[in-house]
Amino acid sequence: MSANWVEVCAADEIDEEDVIRFDHEGRTFAVYRSPEDEYFATDGLCTHEQIHLADGLVMDDIIECPKHNGRFNYKTGQAKGAPVCVNLKTYPVKVEAGSVFIAIS
Amino acid sequence: MTHIVIVGAGECGARAAFALREKGFDGDVTLIGAEPHHPYERPPLSKDGLAGAEPPKYVAAPERYEEVGITVLTGAMAEAIDRGRKTVHLSGGRSIGYDRLLLATGARPRTFPGVSEGAARIRMLRTHADALAIRAALAPGRRLAVVGGGFIGLELAATARKLGAEVVVVEGLPRVLSRAVPEEIAAIVAERHRAAGVEIVCGARIAAIEDGGDAARVLFADGGSLAADLVVVGIGAVPNTDLAEAAGLTIDNGIAVDETLRTSDPDILAAGDCCSFPLSHCGGRRVRLEAWRNAQDQGTLAAANLMGGAERIASVPWFWSDQYELTLQIAGLADGAAATVRRAMDDGAFILFHLDGDGRLIAASGIGPGNAVARDIRLAEMLIAAGSRPDPAALASPETKLKKLLAA
Ligand SMILES: Cc1cc2nc3c(=O)[nH]c(=O)nc-3n(C[C@H](O)[C@H](O)[C@H](O)COP(=O)(O)OP(=O)(O)OC[C@H]3O[C@@H](n4cnc5c(N)ncnc54)[C@H](O)[C@@H]3O)c2cc1C
Ligand code: FES
Repeated sequence: MSANWVEVCAADEIDEEDVIRFDHEGRTFAVYRSPEDEYFATDGLCTHEQIHLADGLVMDDIIECPKHNGRFNYKTGQAKGAPVCVNLKTYPVKVEAGSVFIAIS
Repeated sequence: MTHIVIVGAGECGARAAFALREKGFDGDVTLIGAEPHHPYERPPLSKDGLAGAEPPKYVAAPERYEEVGITVLTGAMAEAIDRGRKTVHLSGGRSIGYDRLLLATGARPRTFPGVSEGAARIRMLRTHADALAIRAALAPGRRLAVVGGGFIGLELAATARKLGAEVVVVEGLPRVLSRAVPEEIAAIVAERHRAAGVEIVCGARIAAIEDGGDAARVLFADGGSLAADLVVVGIGAVPNTDLAEAAGLTIDNGIAVDETLRTSDPDILAAGDCCSFPLSHCGGRRVRLEAWRNAQDQGTLAAANLMGGAERIASVPWFWSDQYELTLQIAGLADGAAATVRRAMDDGAFILFHLDGDGRLIAASGIGPGNAVARDIRLAEMLIAAGSRPDPAALASPETKLKKLLAA
């Protein structure tokens, strides 16, 4: 299956160790820039309740949900403990010509 | 094989049980709960969950317990602890031996004097069953009187308005949320309720609450009265300490524990809403919290210490409340603050930072639409935990990232 690469934003629009929300065709994603200056993407909503993770706090490789502080590793999507127990879906990311793209399946 | 028994299958008990397995405990774990359900989350009961969720929002899917080897006894009341024989006696005559015991018995709503338990039109809100009964009585045009302008009462008022009910909130003190929230924030909450059509009566002196069969009545000391289809009393909670007290454990505004959650019996720990503990950020002052994350954090900590650890309580109190589109979050305890710094944010959101006499950040209270204040409250919580003394001007300036202050 060929990947459907979608442009998110300019690479410098996301601060280091931060996250932005990206909406596309009725879906919502969270796109991250790690402290090591790498980019990642996950589903935009927490798996506990339908809350936008982009309002949360990024610390190292963790995104913390703003609502009840559920934690996920945004690089792997893994839920890191109560109250979240369902992992986040992750998406491939690439940076080309100063722009961030994610592959939406 | 070591047997750990947990009395109280709420947020805290459930979290402790799972944490034991996550930490690799390989003995027996039994979770005993008086309610008919597996552990569920209470916060939704006064929020959107009141709108009729069945089953309740479980802390974990019921089958998860069996998968990791946790025996759950629902509908089972622990009636006595025999500390000499290390045995818990349950309703129905059954007894269970333990090596270590965790009491996570939670709290129950404070009752209004003179109200009989069976009054159909006068209710309280703590359990899923309570929420279902209240939900059934609410409909467009029905009149709800909430006695008590605390978090649960106000959240219920907001939810009831969404369901179309007419709502009046009756508070005895001069303003709502006077226990835990700065005046400026409480005023915004009250204003939002009024805008939604909720009537708020403060400074009320209630003489009695009566169920007259066809209507309930709140009777005031000045002779006035107020009729409603349903009265919900939300005037605080009292810790469930009877079991511990009868077993001879020390009680002090809750089951008294040390900073490792041990009671006066080293083989018995207590955690969550039922216990009082020394809070190191507040100079070791003994506090009891009624907060969801505290129940989780202490459940996790209890698991480590039931396995022989001696970890100390380190988390900062944290609380949230949702009313309409507004979310309020509080980190730390603001009493004892000498100065307050205000940080204005987008969309009318703001945070009040509370500093003690030495300039140490001890609490932060914020309110705004959606999750506008969440990230900064979380960072404030970390600043509090670090014992930091941030520059007040930096706190007040929305341009200064709190993350920078934390790194400093
Ligand atoms: C309507 C409502 C809304 C809330 N909203 C929020 C919120 O927005 N934010 C927030 O931070 N907190 C909120 N809370 C508080 C939060 O839910 C509590 O802090 C949390 O549930 C405490 O967990 P716990 O396990 O210590 O106690 P509980 O949840 O009370 O659980 C204790 C359990 O033990 C059982 N039990 C007691 N004695 C015995 C016995 N002898 N034998 C067997 N079982 C026993 C009880 O039946 C109960 O099921 C809310 C609470 C309510 C009621
Ligand atoms: S909504 Fe994310 S932790 Fe609850």
